[in-house]
Amino acid sequence: MDRNETKSFIATRAAMELRDGDVVNLGIGIPTRVAGHIPEGVHVTLHAENGIVGVGPRPVPAEERPYYTVDAGGVPAKAVKGGCYIDSLTSFALARGGHLDITILGTLEVDEKGSIANWIIPGVKVPGMGGAMDLLAGAKRVIIAMTHTTHGGGIKIRKRCTLPLTAVGVAQRIITEMAVIDVTPKGLVLVEHNPEYTVEQIQAVTEPKLHISPDLKPMEMPWVESTGI
Amino acid sequence: MAKIISLEQAAQLVPDGATVMIGGFMGCGNPHTLVDALLARGVKDLTIIAADAGKTGYGLGRLVDDHRAKKLIVSHVGLNPNVAKQMNEGTLEVTLIPQGTLAECIHAGGAGLGGVLTPTGLGTTVAEGKQTLTIRGKEYLVEEALHAEIALICGCWVDRLGNVWYKGSTKNFNQLMAMAADLVICEADHIVEPGSIKPENVATPGIFVDYIVQGRGEPQ
Repeated sequence: MDRNETKSFIATRAAMELRDGDVVNLGIGIPTRVAGHIPEGVHVTLHAENGIVGVGPRPVPAEERPYYTVDAGGVPAKAVKGGCYIDSLTSFALARGGHLDITILGTLEVDEKGSIANWIIPGVKVPGMGGAMDLLAGAKRVIIAMTHTTHGGGIKIRKRCTLPLTAVGVAQRIITEMAVIDVTPKGLVLVEHNPEYTVEQIQAVTEPKLHISPDLKPMEMPWVESTGI
Repeated sequence: MAKIISLEQAAQLVPDGATVMIGGFMGCGNPHTLVDALLARGVKDLTIIAADAGKTGYGLGRLVDDHRAKKLIVSHVGLNPNVAKQMNEGTLEVTLIPQGTLAECIHAGGAGLGGVLTPTGLGTTVAEGKQTLTIRGKEYLVEEALHAEIALICGCWVDRLGNVWYKGSTKNFNQLMAMAADLVICEADHIVEPGSIKPENVATPGIFVDYIVQGRGEPQ
């Protein structure tokens, strides 16, 4: 798989986490692609934290109107039929108040306690946390969808995050191109693996010791035609 | 009651060194024409409270580009590289606040509350030096209310009494900031007669708005 295929693969597997009726927030990057891979028969409401409940497909270039409506990435957007626009107070009440069923996001680091670090690399990059801390404070399920290592092969799944935290102990599942790993009280549990990799290969790029689920199975790979989102 | 004034008059109401809330998200819903007027007046040393530092060359991002801010209180600065540059040069101070906390603190500032209790940021650098409280067995961070001397907001339809209807996703921080400043100036894409906006569609009641200016609206 090239890098683009890898990202789509991760997004496809992450989309299988969605349940019919879920209210969903998708982060920037690989998680954004999840919207294009939602399984047939699963209907979800996408939330954009800048104030959209029911984010629709990206407007086509001819009808782009960034002046009045953007999504959380600041790009032109529109609501689906039956969607609505809300103010920032209501939008984060939705996120923090337990009304969000699931958030799928990428991260720089995640550790074996489920803590996440994704908003700052001190001295290098200081973008700010935006809405990430609030989303993580309230979402019922937090799923990480990311490449298993950095572009340069660096470890992202750590015993303890080395970067400043975004939230403590919130991630429940980590989905990468190599594996699906659950965060549990006894540590990280490998529940699915991409058959292209051995357990040893996955462990070699994962800092904490992986417990192997007795039900370990190959990652399901139902390639869904992307809708281009 | 709100009064319609010129852009030049509005810019004169914002003194150098003022603490100013500016509505919008990544430029969407920014009072773009008021930003023009502030730049034209040569305003400087602003403390800007906003969702983000915007994008370079767009909306309130232009105030940052042009070194008109000495401090930003925002949740995100990643799309305006001039922020990091000016921070490194030591000319710009930035306080980062989680966006939902920012919204609640601005709301509190307008609603007569001293602050809010939130789980957001617990166990992170955001919590450093801040008080925590335990309510019904759950820990919360105490975040103080935010208030400003001036709020600059933008609505699509604004009637002559200051009642505002926001189009698309532009309610964002505009609706909150209209309550959280001593003086509120609202840019209107369209100034309309009272009654043009149905009462149930008014998002910001005119009693919160002091001055209205005619904006240039959506670029054609």
